Amino acid sequence: MDTKKLEQVTETLWKIPPSGKMRVPVLIFADEALIREMDDKVAEQASNVATLPGIVGACYVMPDAHWGYGFPIGGVAAFDPKKGGVVSAGGVGFDISCGVRTLHTGLKREEVEPVAKELADALYAAVPVGVGSRGQISLSDKEMEAMLQGGAEWAVAQGYGRQEDLERIEERGRMRGAVPGEVSQHARERQRREMGTLGSGNHYLEVQVVDEIYDQKVAEVFGLRQGEIVVTIHCGSRGLGHQIGTEYLKKMQQAAKEYGIELPDRELACAPLDSPVGRSYLGAMRAAINCALANRQIITHLVRQVFSEFFPQARLDLIYDVSHNTCKEETHEIAGQKRNLFVHRKGATRAFGPGHPEIPEAFREIGQPVIIGGSMGTASYILVGTEEGEALSLSSACHGAGRAMSRKQATKTWKGREVVEELARQGVIVRSPSMRGVAEEAPQAYKDVDKVVRAADQAKIAKLVARLGPIVCVKG
Amino acid sequence: MAQGRWEHFEHMADIGVRGYGATPEEAFAQAGLALTAVVTDPDQVALKERVEIELPHDGDLELLFVDFLNAVVYEMAVRSMLFAQFEVRIEQNLLRASLWGERVNRSKHQPAVEVKGATYTELKVAKENSHWVAQCVLDV
Repeated sequence: MDTKKLEQVTETLWKIPPSGKMRVPVLIFADEALIREMDDKVAEQASNVATLPGIVGACYVMPDAHWGYGFPIGGVAAFDPKKGGVVSAGGVGFDISCGVRTLHTGLKREEVEPVAKELADALYAAVPVGVGSRGQISLSDKEMEAMLQGGAEWAVAQGYGRQEDLERIEERGRMRGAVPGEVSQHARERQRREMGTLGSGNHYLEVQVVDEIYDQKVAEVFGLRQGEIVVTIHCGSRGLGHQIGTEYLKKMQQAAKEYGIELPDRELACAPLDSPVGRSYLGAMRAAINCALANRQIITHLVRQVFSEFFPQARLDLIYDVSHNTCKEETHEIAGQKRNLFVHRKGATRAFGPGHPEIPEAFREIGQPVIIGGSMGTASYILVGTEEGEALSLSSACHGAGRAMSRKQATKTWKGREVVEELARQGVIVRSPSMRGVAEEAPQAYKDVDKVVRAADQAKIAKLVARLGPIVCVKG
Repeated sequence: MAQGRWEHFEHMADIGVRGYGATPEEAFAQAGLALTAVVTDPDQVALKERVEIELPHDGDLELLFVDFLNAVVYEMAVRSMLFAQFEVRIEQNLLRASLWGERVNRSKHQPAVEVKGATYTELKVAKENSHWVAQCVLDV
């Protein structure tokens, strides 16, 4: 991105002042190196989002942002329903409530490393991954309804996981306001045999070691200790969410036209929050959030079963579960006034600071854990929400590395087998049904996640707590 | 252009599909092959089963194209199938398509990635010189 078009506010904050039809500015959180690497399309897309009715504050862009459809990935935008604010399916993304959860095992690296290969095989056998994989669970219509309404709470009631897990999930494991009746038959059909599956693309299940701690006090509260093993699961709402995204992208094209919303770009399709289509999408999207929460909960159960065969004493307590493709109703303070807003975070993580009532009691004084997934074979990070984040970015932070190279280019550059061998040399065991998939997800096809989290930390939208290095990566 | 063909085009996080043909129908069918090629090599997919698709259509070929690809994505997902031959017919208010393929075999097809849906990004259905082109970006 050409920095000449931007106004530099601080070392890690860049501004595009409103011009033309923009109602608010664009604020980009990144250091100069990340800004230079960032696609020009990000600025164009964020500026387009800034023209939408009822947008409040700014269109915020995270350090890992890249070109998406409609909204950039790594984009945050809040809308006020009382000011004609809108909701956009493209502002949430196809993989509704895609997210990450991390469990700590309490095991030391030395205990796990000798059996890492066997553990990798067992996890790969237990958790369905990749295209064409099927879950063990097939839901009846009634069960589907209960799952869409109950989320992880439903999963726990079915025996997947433990009651105390719920406290460590955003929304306490169940998104309120879900309307299963708004979820189409097609969406249900796509989900029927996909419960408890990981999916493909950048989704993974990793066994990781806490290899660096940046904030001892916070790490202690999160239960993160140097040299200990954690497990991280990255996946979303599977076929159900994808189908809802597809259907509402289309419905909102029509709705925008009907409500006279001028779209600079057809893929920005949206509908007023206070309209039949807007309300219906919110009901369906919240049901998809529950689907994602239930899905990660079921996978957690499968992972615990595998670990219990190797390490009967390991409990695998959940540290936290975050979603990074959502639109949520939240209260934020704008220019000294508390306002009820609908915050789209597409490829962005909620990062509430200390004292926020949504944060589990155990962490409330220090802030919400913000889990940043790396790409296959690279480090992941745990950060914590900050006091400053609220005013800076409506308590939002980055979500991962973000692609730096297209899939096509990646497969031209690497072979899957070579990627697996190279990672093995670096001590990372990869298990995947597709070597081409592995090539497309090669670590070098992504931005440097280290730079991304450092920029977030420097910008104070979240603070670094710990780094997690992969030992085993199971991917679709 | 005597014969249809397809290609992929670059898009940062995702991938674009593009079909060329003498008619819109042929361009759609070629783009269907491009969609399969995102997941696997279409030459590895045997033509064992036929699936029929029928979609309403109001005259906007671009929206119809996205609907068509999404209908293929849906059939791939719920049937766990891959398709390697497409025959498309666009009538007054209706698109009919026949898809031939087989069920996913993970060791044979090595499916690389799941297609979540077709988007309106870089969407275009147009006649260029003597041939038709149909394209858009897929979310994968």
